[in-house]
Amino acid sequence: MPHRIAYTALAPRLLPVALGEEYPLPENILEMRRITKRYPGVTALDEVDFYLRSGEIHALVGENGAGKSTLIKILAGAESKDAGEVKLDGRVVEIMQPRQAKDLGISVIYQDFGLVPHLSISENIMLGREPIRPGPGGFIDWPALHGVAAQVMTELGLNLSPRTPVSRLSVAQKQMVEIAKAVSTRARIIVMDEPSATLTLHELDRLFDLIRALVRQGVSVVYISHRLEEVFTIADRVTVLRDGKVAAVKPICQTSREDLIRSMVGREMAGDYPKRVDSLGETILAVENISRAGVLHGISFTLRKGEILGITGLVGAGRTELARAIFGADRVDSGWVMLEGRKLSLSSPKNAIAQGISLATEDRKEQGLVLGMTVRENTTLANLQAVSRGAFVDRARESGAALDFVRKLAIKTPGIEQKVRNLSGGNQQKVVLAKWLFANSKVVIFDEPTRGIDVGAKQEIYQLMRRLASDGIGIIMISSELPEVMGMSDRILVLHEGRIAAEIPAGQVDGETIMRYATGGGQAS
Amino acid sequence: MNTDTKTIGPTQARETTQAAQAAQIPSMPGASRALLQEYSIVLIFLGVCVLFAVWTGGLFLRPDNIMNVLRQISINAVIATGMTFVIITTGNIDLSVGSVVALVAVSSARILKALALHMPIWPAIAASCALALVVGGAVGAWNGFFVTRFKVPPFISTLSMWAAARGVAFILCDGRPIWNLPIQFDTIGRGYVLEGVFGPWIPIPVIIMAVFMIVAHVILTRTRTGRYAYATGGNMEAARLSGINVRKARMIAYIASGVSAALASLVLTSRLASGQPNSGEMYELYAIAACVVGGTSLSGGKGTILGTFIGALLIGTLNNGLNLAGVESYTQNVILGLVILGAVILDQFRKRD
Ligand SMILES: Nc1ncnc2c1ncn2[C@@H]1O[C@H](COP(=O)(O)OP(=O)(O)OP(=O)(O)O)[C@@H](O)[C@H]1O
Ligand SMILES: [Mg+2]
Repeated sequence: MPHRIAYTALAPRLLPVALGEEYPLPENILEMRRITKRYPGVTALDEVDFYLRSGEIHALVGENGAGKSTLIKILAGAESKDAGEVKLDGRVVEIMQPRQAKDLGISVIYQDFGLVPHLSISENIMLGREPIRPGPGGFIDWPALHGVAAQVMTELGLNLSPRTPVSRLSVAQKQMVEIAKAVSTRARIIVMDEPSATLTLHELDRLFDLIRALVRQGVSVVYISHRLEEVFTIADRVTVLRDGKVAAVKPICQTSREDLIRSMVGREMAGDYPKRVDSLGETILAVENISRAGVLHGISFTLRKGEILGITGLVGAGRTELARAIFGADRVDSGWVMLEGRKLSLSSPKNAIAQGISLATEDRKEQGLVLGMTVRENTTLANLQAVSRGAFVDRARESGAALDFVRKLAIKTPGIEQKVRNLSGGNQQKVVLAKWLFANSKVVIFDEPTRGIDVGAKQEIYQLMRRLASDGIGIIMISSELPEVMGMSDRILVLHEGRIAAEIPAGQVDGETIMRYATGGGQAS
Repeated sequence: MNTDTKTIGPTQARETTQAAQAAQIPSMPGASRALLQEYSIVLIFLGVCVLFAVWTGGLFLRPDNIMNVLRQISINAVIATGMTFVIITTGNIDLSVGSVVALVAVSSARILKALALHMPIWPAIAASCALALVVGGAVGAWNGFFVTRFKVPPFISTLSMWAAARGVAFILCDGRPIWNLPIQFDTIGRGYVLEGVFGPWIPIPVIIMAVFMIVAHVILTRTRTGRYAYATGGNMEAARLSGINVRKARMIAYIASGVSAALASLVLTSRLASGQPNSGEMYELYAIAACVVGGTSLSGGKGTILGTFIGALLIGTLNNGLNLAGVESYTQNVILGLVILGAVILDQFRKRD
């Protein structure tokens, strides 16, 4: 078993690594040994060892489908393991139910949210732990409930009324509520499965401050992320999973970005953004003065054939709303959109798609995928005509198309007949992309296209976007990841509170400037 | 499946690891277990058949009794077919179908009697059948219209039709059944084909059920309309953002349900040789039972016509077998209730994997 060598060479107690002076010989608070988990057609975890010391921040990284979330679900009692043992404080524990994990002081923030949409933020945070008024009847003590929730929210810098229903929140805000929920249980072990995927830099800073504060209180943190910069900023140690096995366990100071990537993908990777080689074509899309009360205010811009236009800004700046308006998913109050000189009817997504515009949404679970359908069915959903003969779907052609994308995007699945519900988060995201690539549009809007996608696949998606662009397609890429925005875009729009705060040609800008515009500080300089 | 597992990433690294994974697929045990779970309802059905065969001393398995069972389930199976469309597409049930049966029974009887006075008899029958289906479709469209345009919760929309359609049925006939339909009309519910040619005869209702269900099956599994039904029921917002006209998809489902109820009503009216305003009571619940027993998920996006057929068949078999065995009807109801519960529990187990 070659994959275990890297690990045994670094048996935790033998190495008084530089974790900071407070913990010269930290105890293992959690030991997961030889954990194995099989699904039909997939071995998600194959004898994985994972050790967490008390008071450490332990990063867990790996490609999409490597088994990170599965490992966490087993720890949280959300999935059962096929083999292996879990020790907490040196004692073997059998965690069969999420509730048990909670009682043992383990709190998990899942990659896909577990919030109840119609309940308020505070009800969600306190779900299952509602404070009860003294006296008979077991009535909920509402002031206390809102009070506790509000306190956690302040700690996190979450500026919302605790009574807001969760359904009204943006993806990033939901993420913060998830975090608040985990923090409020005062757990000893907090696991965060890609907490940063939807957060902007600003929110990320706050999250990091919070994590550090938690650690000072003795909490241990497992941190899963595809953004390696974060791992180097926050983690003490890192475990790399590859295809369900441990590929490496290292103190963060003894590894490098390249080293980690090599462990993750098993090969060297060039990390450059593909540059544009052809010249830009004529204007393909012109957005004129789009407004929607309270969200978008007089937004105008153009997009040329072969161009990648990056749109960035803080959460709530109106990026997704702008995309949805162009796509006809939401009504606009005024303004119009011209595609190749013809005015578009913005009445429905169906129209937009028919006219040649696609929108790959950011929220894959709620808006991107039909989870109960197969990879094949999801891939062709937006362009079923292309694989149909009259009213009938041509199964052979459909399967061919789906297989093609599984290959092109390296979607990790036992087959195209797998339900997308059973794919890992990143692979679900790839299916969303496949659907919109298959839609064959003239303009494609990607809303956070690489959210939750591993380094290798990110490269593939960048290449793919570039290739689409050089085929004469206009691309709008909405992203919160500044390096990506700066690396990929030919031009960058920065939104702030529903207005365009700046329009910047590529290569003439640094991250700080963009952030200044995004936070509304543009005019000052 | 095997060719699918070879779909691999662009790089050598991915290729080898995934090939290794593909090799680990537990081939036979896993597959047969899945098959067992998928068709557990079929197994239960077969078990019930064996039980009745023994219990009734072979009476149950006689060809004429089997045809009998099929004819008895035909009405419920046809209604359940439309119900399957509605449940898959909307994740909701259509409560109005029983009342639509009554409405169509009365209106088609009236129309037929009126037309028969002015036309040759067979064209009159054909025309009144066509009009009956239009009435059913119109009621479905009404249900769908209020659900999709005015966002009336489907439960409410069809509940109101459940009350109103039966009311209209009674008004149309002054509360009295319409008798004395042309004798030729009996063919639909009581006729047989292939009588004497191939030995066993096949009741026309069974033919109607078979054709209708096969068409529905083909629509659901092979056409875009069917795919859109599953997508809309599985995740309406994702379907809408994929450019699917989810209003249309839901309208189609309600119309299909209305047409199914109308078709079933024609068979029933013909069998009873009269338009009865109180016919079809509780039919909606039997149809829902057939769907649920057959594995259609009440949260939408999941279900098959084949499953619904098996569901209707199981319910009909229980009825028939228990009758033959001399079990009285109160006990039969208790057993039906337990079967529904058992089928859904089975489905939950199936979901685990
Ligand atoms: N319920 C399930 N049924 C079948 N296969 C599953 C199921 N859940 C996970 N898998 C498979 O197990 C493997 C590991 O998935 P997991 O979600 O742990 O990956 P991950 O490392 O979290 O990936 P990502 O970075 O994309 O989130 C994947 O190949 C996935 O397809
Ligand atoms: Mg994951």
